[in-house]
Amino acid sequence: MTQAKDEIKIGGLGASRKRVEDNRFVRGKGRYVDDIVLPGMLHMEILRSPVAHARIVSIDVSKAWDIPGVRLVLTGEMMAARNLAWMPTLSYDTQAVLATDKVRFQGQEVACVVADDPYIAKDACEAIVVEYEQLPVIVNPTQALAEGAPVIRDDKENQPDNVVFTWEVGDRQGTDDAFAKADVVSKLDLHYPRSHPSPLECCGSIADFDRATSKLTVYMTTQAPHIIRAAVALVAELPEHLIRIVSPDIGGGFGNKVPVYPGYVMSILASILLERPVKWIEDKTGNLISTGFGRDIYLRGEMALRSDGKILGVRMFTESDHGAFFSDAQPSKFKIGLMHSAFACYDIPAAHLTARGVYTNKAPGGVAYRCSFRVTEAMYFQERMVQAAADDLGMDQAEFRRRNFVRDDDFPHRTPFGFLTDSGQYGKCLDVGLSAIGYEDFLKEKEEARKRGRLLGIGISVMTEPLGAGNSREYDILGIKMFDSAELRVHMTGKAILRTGAKTQGQGHETTWAQIVAHELGLPAEDVTVEEGDTDTAPFGMGTYASRSTPVAGAAVAMVARKVRAKARKLAAHLLEVSEEDIEWELGRFYVRSAPDHGVTIQECAAAAYSNMPDGMEPGLENVAYYDPPNLTWPFGCYIATVEVDPQTGVWDVLRMVAVDDCGVRINPMIVEGQIMGGLTEAYAMASNQFITFDAQGNCIGSNYMDYMLPTAWETPGYELHEVVTPSPHHPIGAKGVGECATVGGPAAFVNAVLDAIKDTGVRNIDMPLLPDRVFEALTLRHDVSGAPPVRTDDDD
Amino acid sequence: MTLFKEVHEPAAAEVPTNRVSITVNGVRRAADIEPRLLLAHLLRQGLGLTGTHTGCDTTNCGACTVLFDGRPVKSCTMLAVQADGHEVTTVEGLAGPSELHPIQEGFKDEHGLQCGFCTPGMMLTAKALLEENPDPTEDEVRWALSGNLCRCTGYQNIVKSVLWAAKKMRGES
Repeated sequence: MTQAKDEIKIGGLGASRKRVEDNRFVRGKGRYVDDIVLPGMLHMEILRSPVAHARIVSIDVSKAWDIPGVRLVLTGEMMAARNLAWMPTLSYDTQAVLATDKVRFQGQEVACVVADDPYIAKDACEAIVVEYEQLPVIVNPTQALAEGAPVIRDDKENQPDNVVFTWEVGDRQGTDDAFAKADVVSKLDLHYPRSHPSPLECCGSIADFDRATSKLTVYMTTQAPHIIRAAVALVAELPEHLIRIVSPDIGGGFGNKVPVYPGYVMSILASILLERPVKWIEDKTGNLISTGFGRDIYLRGEMALRSDGKILGVRMFTESDHGAFFSDAQPSKFKIGLMHSAFACYDIPAAHLTARGVYTNKAPGGVAYRCSFRVTEAMYFQERMVQAAADDLGMDQAEFRRRNFVRDDDFPHRTPFGFLTDSGQYGKCLDVGLSAIGYEDFLKEKEEARKRGRLLGIGISVMTEPLGAGNSREYDILGIKMFDSAELRVHMTGKAILRTGAKTQGQGHETTWAQIVAHELGLPAEDVTVEEGDTDTAPFGMGTYASRSTPVAGAAVAMVARKVRAKARKLAAHLLEVSEEDIEWELGRFYVRSAPDHGVTIQECAAAAYSNMPDGMEPGLENVAYYDPPNLTWPFGCYIATVEVDPQTGVWDVLRMVAVDDCGVRINPMIVEGQIMGGLTEAYAMASNQFITFDAQGNCIGSNYMDYMLPTAWETPGYELHEVVTPSPHHPIGAKGVGECATVGGPAAFVNAVLDAIKDTGVRNIDMPLLPDRVFEALTLRHDVSGAPPVRTDDDD
Repeated sequence: MTLFKEVHEPAAAEVPTNRVSITVNGVRRAADIEPRLLLAHLLRQGLGLTGTHTGCDTTNCGACTVLFDGRPVKSCTMLAVQADGHEVTTVEGLAGPSELHPIQEGFKDEHGLQCGFCTPGMMLTAKALLEENPDPTEDEVRWALSGNLCRCTGYQNIVKSVLWAAKKMRGES
């Protein structure tokens, strides 16, 4: 207990320590990529295709060159001459850097201009004349798979159609058998719309090639600087030791800043050609129409049920729309990400999933938008399917879930699709949520309201999700294993610097990593500087996305601190003149077991490492740890929303939103709660109004913030947060990932609530977002409402 | 006066410029600028005040919010020439020489920021609100901030930050 109290005092585990990074952010002194100015820096702008599918007949750049201040104009042809017109994606496909033969989506990069200032560069882009011969456009899988559909990727050999992959997992025979035995089969068919992570800061880079030293430095918005270094080394064939990637402060990532984008590559080439720094800062439309989106997947499935409420089996079929290039950022072995983590918290004997990916004339991607590789889609389908099944059986939704949960004493548990979960208390988590929302009382209130013509609804979503890839046996990106790293140097005065292979984008690593060091070494957190994002100084790591920082890099921080402590123990033995075996550790201090008053602090050990080490001991007090987790971490949560739907308009309001999260041991509760509230808001956004769709011509609807509706402080509901704590059995400090749980579990709670409110209509599904007109259509016409593209626009009339 | 100023020969194409004089964070600044230069770019590139962020280019996100004669405006869709003769306050003008403004303290204390990109605009909008309404309700704060987007926090802590600052500015804490 004293240790816990002392630990809070030094900002250790469990302290809601105020964030150190805020000192610069609240003063406007953050250093985002666009804030960096290098001497002699030029500016790059990209010309993008206005059409979704066309053959390029000609590109005339002569008028652009005529504009004073223009230094370079690049086209696909010029890139091709340097073998850089195409680049590999993170999913073993290729992507055009600048279009040569065809454009394959609206917003594709066609040319770029480098000039003295960004205004001139933009002027020059407008002076470029491109002649297009338009081709038929494909905006959904049905069109892509239709007989005679144009083959979008005719640049590739052995690509006779628009299928990117087919992939299956699970037990086909066992699932067939389960359905044969079923009393009831429940079905669900829905589209999870395309959405864009849309951090406020767009992507950008400053490439700075120094001919004298042959060193290339790139400041860029990347969540994974070391992966970028490897990619640049391979694509541009530059020696890796002469490439330095610096990821400065990042204005939000959410998965959008994991992939390699053409703009980065062009700025690098431009800097090499011009031998001057070249800055590229994307505008919002460029970001929304060309960079990594999330979701856009058709989820169909059915559930075999016994009449007493037991789930016997699940069958799923997914069709995912990857746009023109397969550039998902996800582990190589899993073509549809971790979709097969669906139903992990339920005890289901058999399941089978078939996944098919298709090319369309839309922006490439399929990034893990604030989720662990398609887990959001998996859990959305899971909790919508579970709800539909409970309704079909006429069972209470909470009771139906409880009956099918994996029990607390049933771990490790093999999930229906083959993951191994290690811990969970799903029933308790649900109970905390139900009690917080006042479940029984709400059901009565709802019934009362119904008699007066008011439509109230309650939606539940419970899930456990796999966070923290990898282990390296199963998880790699382009063959690079998904471990992570930390390096700790303790200076002679007991202050320290910690570097990791992760990269914070708002998660607060500069604050929380120091807390882990404080926990392990007893150094006050304020004495530990945390630095990330510079590949010249940070140890190799896979970066920050998919909620993997705390599970992997955070574990590496604990492990490196333990290595340092092991050496400090030897120094303590030397200082105390006893053998190591006679020494005990308490927070920040070694002491002699038989004489507890006789001890030395960790700071005294640090001083000895530089001034008084024993004979034969290597000086210094530092180490590095590479951590390869034995398993994913499995946080879980329960999200319960209550809503009221206006029957006259289809507008729905959130009455209450309760979130119960179990992310194991919380390093900094304040930051954890901040992450959960942010995640809930993304969930609300997707359920209510945030989506990107396309018309039949492939025009992106949602290409700017006037059309892409992000929730403001006004619409966003308030949240009530609760917790359950089940430490991860294998993480060194018992922590689990959390940044994305609420985004993953939240959407189904909102949608289930709205559907519950309009249950009398018999409507099974309204595709997200639940725009008022869609809800109104369901209410009045009493049929399911699809949101799949193409949407009708005024142009169609 | 500078010891050295390079002169380009032959002169670059003649671009018409306007002389503007703007009081930025209490200091008068004058510059010759292209009439099309946006205020956000004058502040960021011209004056090096990079705390004003540009997020969306369409007046929606509010990351570029500055105070224009005390009123919040979005500097990404305002021409710098329109600011001639006016007063502009940016995030760099919020803190005093030794201590933070209560709004800055509030954002730190209540964890009202994560990536920090929206924060300057949020704080300046909040400043304008609290000057007009020193004791706002939660709804009034939410409404006042509805022209500023945040993708990280979910707003709840931003609202708490502003209410924290309001209390402090009223001398109640």
